[in-house]
Amino acid sequence: MPNIFKPNTNTYAKVSLLLAASLPLFGGLALAAWSRSPANTKVNVPLNQPVPFSHQHHAWELGIDCGYCHTGVEKSASAGVPPTETCMSCHSQIWTNSPLLEPVRQSYETGTPLKWNRVNKLPEFVYFNHSIHVARGVSCNQCHGPVQNMNITWKGNPFQMAWCLECHRAPEKYIYKDEANPKLTPREQVFNLYWKYQAGDKLSPREDSLIRGTEQYSADPAEQAKGRTLINTYGVKVQQLADCSVCHR
Amino acid sequence: MAPKEPLNDELILGQQSNATLDNTIGDLVLDQKKHNNKAWVLTFLVGFGMLHLFLASVAWLLYTGIGIWGNNIPSGWGFDIINFVWWIGIGHAGTLISAILLLMRQQWRNSINRFAEAMTIFAVICAAQYPLLHTGRPWVAYWLFPYPNILAMWPQFRSPLIWDVFAVNTYATVSVLFWLMGLIPDFATLRDRATNKIAKPILGILSFGWRGSARHWHRYEQAYLLLAGLSTPLVLSVHTIVSYDFAVSIVPGWNVTVFPPYFVAGAVFAGFAMVLLLIIPIRAMYSLKDLVTMRHIDWMAKIMLATGLIVFYGYILEAFYAWYSGNPYELKLLQWRFTGPYWPAYWLLIFFNGIVPQLMWNPKWRQNLMIVWVVSMGVTIGMWLERFVIIPISLTVNYLPSSDRMYIPTFWDFAMFAGTIGLFVTLMFLFVRFAPIINIFEMKDLLHKLHQEKQRKDKGGKPEPEAPAEVPAGAGE
Amino acid sequence: MDTKDTQSLNLEALRAKLAGKTGRRYWRSMEQIAETDEFKMWVEDEFPNRKAILELDRRQLLKYMGASMALAGLSGCRQVFLGQDKIVPYVNQPEELVPGRPLYYASTFTHAGYGQGVLVEQHEGRPTKIEGNPDHPENKGTSDHWMQASILSMYDPDRSGSVTTKDGEIGTWDGFFKKSRAAIASQKAKKGAGLRILMEATSSPTLIRQLAAIQKSLPEASIHVWDPVNRDNVRQGSALALGKDLEPVYNFENAQIVVSLDADFFSSMPGHLRYAKDFANARRVLGAEAEMNRLYAFESTPGLVGAMADHRWSVKASGIGEIAKGLYDAVSGGTPSGPLAKELAAIAADLKGFPDASIVVPGDHQPAAVHALAQMINLLLNPGRGCVKYIEPVTNAGAFSDLSLKELVDEMNAGKVEAIMMLGGNPVYDAPADLKFAEALAKVPFKMHHGKYVDETAMACDWHLPETHYLEEWGDARAYDGTVTFVQPVSYPLFEGRSKIELLAALFASPTSGYDLVRETYAATVPAAEFESSWRKALHVGVARETARPAVTATAVGTQPEVGAPVPGLEIAFRSEPHVFDGRYSNNGWLQELPRPLTQITWENAAIIGVETAKRLKLESEDVIELKYGGVPVNAPVFVQPGHAEDQVTVHFGYGRTRGGSVATSTDFFGGGFNAFALRTSKAMSFDKLEEPRKVASKAHPIATTQLHHQIEDDRDVIRSGTLTEYRKNPSLHEEAHHGGSPESKSLYPDNIFEFNGPQWGMTIDMNVCIGCNACAVACQAENNISVVGKEQVKNGREMHWIRIDRYYMGDLANPDETVFQPIACVHCEKAPCEPVCPVAATVHSHEGLNQMVYNRCVGTRYCSNNCPYKVRRYNYKNWSDNQKQFMDRIEPIAKIGGNTTTEKTNGIALLRMLNNPDVTVRGRGVMEKCTYCVQRINNVRIEAKKAGREPRDGEILTACQQSCPTQAIVFGNVADPESQVSKLRKDPRSYQLLRELQTRPRTSHMGRLRNPNPEITA
Repeated sequence: MPNIFKPNTNTYAKVSLLLAASLPLFGGLALAAWSRSPANTKVNVPLNQPVPFSHQHHAWELGIDCGYCHTGVEKSASAGVPPTETCMSCHSQIWTNSPLLEPVRQSYETGTPLKWNRVNKLPEFVYFNHSIHVARGVSCNQCHGPVQNMNITWKGNPFQMAWCLECHRAPEKYIYKDEANPKLTPREQVFNLYWKYQAGDKLSPREDSLIRGTEQYSADPAEQAKGRTLINTYGVKVQQLADCSVCHR
Repeated sequence: MAPKEPLNDELILGQQSNATLDNTIGDLVLDQKKHNNKAWVLTFLVGFGMLHLFLASVAWLLYTGIGIWGNNIPSGWGFDIINFVWWIGIGHAGTLISAILLLMRQQWRNSINRFAEAMTIFAVICAAQYPLLHTGRPWVAYWLFPYPNILAMWPQFRSPLIWDVFAVNTYATVSVLFWLMGLIPDFATLRDRATNKIAKPILGILSFGWRGSARHWHRYEQAYLLLAGLSTPLVLSVHTIVSYDFAVSIVPGWNVTVFPPYFVAGAVFAGFAMVLLLIIPIRAMYSLKDLVTMRHIDWMAKIMLATGLIVFYGYILEAFYAWYSGNPYELKLLQWRFTGPYWPAYWLLIFFNGIVPQLMWNPKWRQNLMIVWVVSMGVTIGMWLERFVIIPISLTVNYLPSSDRMYIPTFWDFAMFAGTIGLFVTLMFLFVRFAPIINIFEMKDLLHKLHQEKQRKDKGGKPEPEAPAEVPAGAGE
Repeated sequence: MDTKDTQSLNLEALRAKLAGKTGRRYWRSMEQIAETDEFKMWVEDEFPNRKAILELDRRQLLKYMGASMALAGLSGCRQVFLGQDKIVPYVNQPEELVPGRPLYYASTFTHAGYGQGVLVEQHEGRPTKIEGNPDHPENKGTSDHWMQASILSMYDPDRSGSVTTKDGEIGTWDGFFKKSRAAIASQKAKKGAGLRILMEATSSPTLIRQLAAIQKSLPEASIHVWDPVNRDNVRQGSALALGKDLEPVYNFENAQIVVSLDADFFSSMPGHLRYAKDFANARRVLGAEAEMNRLYAFESTPGLVGAMADHRWSVKASGIGEIAKGLYDAVSGGTPSGPLAKELAAIAADLKGFPDASIVVPGDHQPAAVHALAQMINLLLNPGRGCVKYIEPVTNAGAFSDLSLKELVDEMNAGKVEAIMMLGGNPVYDAPADLKFAEALAKVPFKMHHGKYVDETAMACDWHLPETHYLEEWGDARAYDGTVTFVQPVSYPLFEGRSKIELLAALFASPTSGYDLVRETYAATVPAAEFESSWRKALHVGVARETARPAVTATAVGTQPEVGAPVPGLEIAFRSEPHVFDGRYSNNGWLQELPRPLTQITWENAAIIGVETAKRLKLESEDVIELKYGGVPVNAPVFVQPGHAEDQVTVHFGYGRTRGGSVATSTDFFGGGFNAFALRTSKAMSFDKLEEPRKVASKAHPIATTQLHHQIEDDRDVIRSGTLTEYRKNPSLHEEAHHGGSPESKSLYPDNIFEFNGPQWGMTIDMNVCIGCNACAVACQAENNISVVGKEQVKNGREMHWIRIDRYYMGDLANPDETVFQPIACVHCEKAPCEPVCPVAATVHSHEGLNQMVYNRCVGTRYCSNNCPYKVRRYNYKNWSDNQKQFMDRIEPIAKIGGNTTTEKTNGIALLRMLNNPDVTVRGRGVMEKCTYCVQRINNVRIEAKKAGREPRDGEILTACQQSCPTQAIVFGNVADPESQVSKLRKDPRSYQLLRELQTRPRTSHMGRLRNPNPEITA
């Protein structure tokens, strides 16, 4: 009786077997890649807002301190988004009838809050505290990217657990002090960096990469040694930083 | 290769030739009409119905949560883990028969290994449902697998549950490979005999272009032996590791060093019971009496008896520890098992697993299918009770008396259990219908050997004409 | 609390800003906030659409299931289900408010007329937690279960939402005022002859001032005060003994010998928090050379006092009289006759041994004669009034409230009453059955009811007026000793409620804000010059200093009053329910699910009987019997209680509600219970003869108790206890008996898991001063967003309380010689058995020694719980995390006032979400949870400390349970610091580690229970 299959069927069979075997592998890799990509993390994806607020204009061109609007940043867990009041404190004087600011005026008149689209989001089972990070001299840009150059704000970093742990497991790589002004307390230099940048002063390579939000840590052992001494002076308990309960309650 | 077991014709009855073997076994697949009998249809329908009960309860479980079961604090585990362990146990006979008996050159395995392996795989499939579904959030159960992730988290390798994941997965994979390998030559035989336009190509694909050439056979033998070697330790490892789930903990009644051997023995015990439970009716149903002979039944019954004795010894030891250690918590538990509200479970267990199998001492009774079947049924129930006694009953008594609470299973607990039985039955009966339930070529091989043996016995006698004449199965025309 | 300095300013500011807006409009804006995603987020875990699933139809469900299984764990995918997250900032942000940081305000919680000081934690305008006010004379920073649970009542969606006319028609305040003012005007003509006011007892100076004014303007109108659980007997008693209507105030701090005549001064008597605290201080033992006070208790229904007692006798309620008489005879020099004569003589001798340092305390429900005798004894024992003083009654209640109510009923029947205003209270439900209050009320043409719930009484009235919760209103109250305290709003009214004082002002004077009313009252008490400053100060601390009632000089007058003979045979005893009291708290899920002390019953009441009586009547727990009293039959489940007086059936009030909220009335999902008020008559308010009950069915009514076991069996080292003398001999309380004297058994594993030079957290629980009051359990529930699960789930053993109070008896069941409370939460083992068995490392150790539970990592295998020898882990078997979801599931049809079904439901969800503590993750279905040592509090303190460049100080971190505990039985701190209080207590000879033989090395250690029996009696 005749054969059912032509000889080349064998090849097909082998290939399809191979494919079948490797499918889960590639599937997994694809999922992994996606979960780390901006498609999922939204990193570097500008997000439209009811009011086209430009950090570049306010923070850099006008040189308004972050703390002026984000008042909670040193006192509280949440940096806070300014109340309409704060916007109006200037915009009742300038750009009083710019159509772009209509929603702001609306909100102030009607007393209904503005609804901003949230750019930086942590899951609600994560308890991040801004104040302690600022107190330890962690620059805003280290997490939020080059905010002072954002016209429409985007997310600077993935904010995934693995990313947080990079620093929480090895803070010495990230922690940095500005040797130029040794007197500054950690928190002061967080803001000082912006003054320098704004004034166009010379920035150290670390500072430069920091403010641009490019390179966030230093692989240079010398730098890291400095980092270690800083950690001791600040009294950071490194082991503890990676305890679950530090962020999850 | 000279078989250790003195061969005798009781392994195959009647005037069998390769052709008759092909017919009796192969036609069960090729001639589907053979299955249009009440027994098959009814049992299948029942099983299929129960399968849907399973699906329903899974849906409700995912919608509502573990709360639909009887589990509580302190009894975090109940039917879910009982059934898991029970099924895994049943899933031991297959590999034992195929691998260990193969390595030991036990010829009598040939007529039952295929069936046992299939049963194993289906049992493992049923078992695998529980570890997944018993988690409160099955949708994140993939966290139990180690893979680099955005959480920078790994599983906890100290946890026996992780060992379970690996043990069960390995076991399932190897068993499936083993089974499929064995099927290839038979599928080839069927392919060659098949006339049906649909069946032929399907069988063709399944037989992976098997032509029965010497090279094929050579490779096949090697691979099969390798797999056998690979899976032999698994037979012991899987249930050992499952037993760690309990032995590693500090729960009185769980934290016992005897668990690993005692669980393995129990598994084999349960496995053989289940094989007998199924083979006896099927053998009758499809008139395979000549291939699965009383001799097989007899040997399986003996193994059941042997392992049964080990298990019984385990029960006695448990009690002995409790008394000998003088540990108040163990003693409390012992008393709770004997006289507590769950006493029927314990004493039924002793009856089914300890007393009933003793019937198998008597050769006559080992030859009485009814008795053997009833005993196997008893053992199957007994082994389930054993897990019930170990898991919830140990959890209902606690170190702090204030925590003592009864465990009462709900409708959904039973629904889920019945459901997996339904799944098992469904698969089993589909297998009976669509795959050769007895290993054709190994039977041929065995037959061949039997004839040689015969020749050696009556010297000078003419060799039977048909003896080696036949071409091995599947040699392409 | 610097935040509090400015709070009054802030309220001014708020008031100014919202002037002209009614509560309703403000609430609408609250609703808008409530709908924002932040709120949604709180009830979410990382299975993003879990919340949504509740409302999906099946097809969607499966789709979502598939999707979420594929995507679960990925952070970005929540947009897929929730859309874009929003940030909603303030428009004008109050200047002292920092988003993310709580503010604290001092206020007053009023229970049965008596005020207790509270500090309210407020997050962005949402009150979320109640703490005791450290400056308050009674609770001094501690709190009880009622205070703690009151926050839940604030967000109770069943609270009456708006003005309601008959049959639940929604009306308006204007509509009501039109009608009512007309009615009152017509009354003015006849001096208010047809007007009656029926109210709960109040101590509020403002309210009393208003009532006086009303009396003045309408002399013919009369004001009646009725509380089903009142202090009539106390007042009548002192009238008999002292010739004056006075209230005794005890001083337990000095008391060396205390005799309780069926009294409950630990959990319900006014001032109980102070009493408990002082008693504990006099009992607390540190080191081996210790002194202890001594407590004798004569008890009918087992209670907290009896559990603490050194000598306890079960005496049926009607038998206490004899005891009191015998004791008086013995103390006044005579020889006691009657039962227990020998013991009474010994007690009397003991009492007399401590002049001005011993008291006899009678129970409020005991008849006047007993009180009279008790006070006469106290006068004899306290020539210098060392342990007791007498003050003018604190509330406006008369000494004969039942008569006052009867008078009102008669007038109503006589048709003399044309209009009645009911300020709070629920007489239709709780008035004595024989008065037939409801029928009488029906004869009144114009009936008004002002209350927090649309309850039985509200349904019987023409107008129901919603009352504000105390966190929404201005007001004032007096503490048990008369000290004036202030009620300050922490939120604007969620509904259209108004406070009592605002209502009265609007009705009988001119509409005035509560704020002004209270100010006026206070202004009258201080010189105008320093008013502003002292007002600010008073509001800041919540207490007006030096306003306690002065002691009235009292001397024994008259002769020894006659006590009634004990009731022969079986008797029925009426008691207020330990948690729902007289029914006023029956819509509070936290209190309902809280196991009742000793019985451990949840969700309902039962006919409680003693062991012997049960034998005699052939009854067991969960049988249903028919109690027949005064011809009224009531079916009740039986509960057999060890140590309960024989020949007595105790029934508790507060159940069998027919109106007043879904939790209160639902009988299937919740217990429901039976109505004991149906049996209570004005003839016998606290006890009377009862005919033998008829058994209706056996084992027919399952009762959900959280602990089945009664006695400690075998020789387990679970409870360590002994007498003071034993303790002096062997301070470790026979540890060697259990551990062969070996101090530390060897382990193969290294002692320290980590080398870490930081604090190591630990806790001690002193069972010697734990009174078993359950305050800690509710405090924990409030602090940690712990779900309520309902009766059937408690029955299945799935209650969620992180800290439970185990109760053990020792000795004979019928009459145990010892009752011990053992609070247990996660003990944070250093070698925790739960940790190595978790397959995903969801529970691991922190460097500070916490056994961390990471909810968002948990897959829910429950292995950790199986392996926990203390069984302190709790599992979300279902999705209970929508705090008290049952509110939504079971809203009684008519209770939906203030909106139609749908809005009611959404409001319900939004409301209860606002209750959640934003510092604690809300757990979803399928995850394990347990005590975290309040890690959120630890972290906040640590962060603040680090910012200040220091380590947390000892006592700076208070766990919720510790903060609430009235007796400071719980101490938390750094065990690595030898100077800390906790490590000192851990070194105390009494302290031991539970189940030490398991080598789990708990960080929480318990301290043994001591007793100080009188050798004269034990010998």
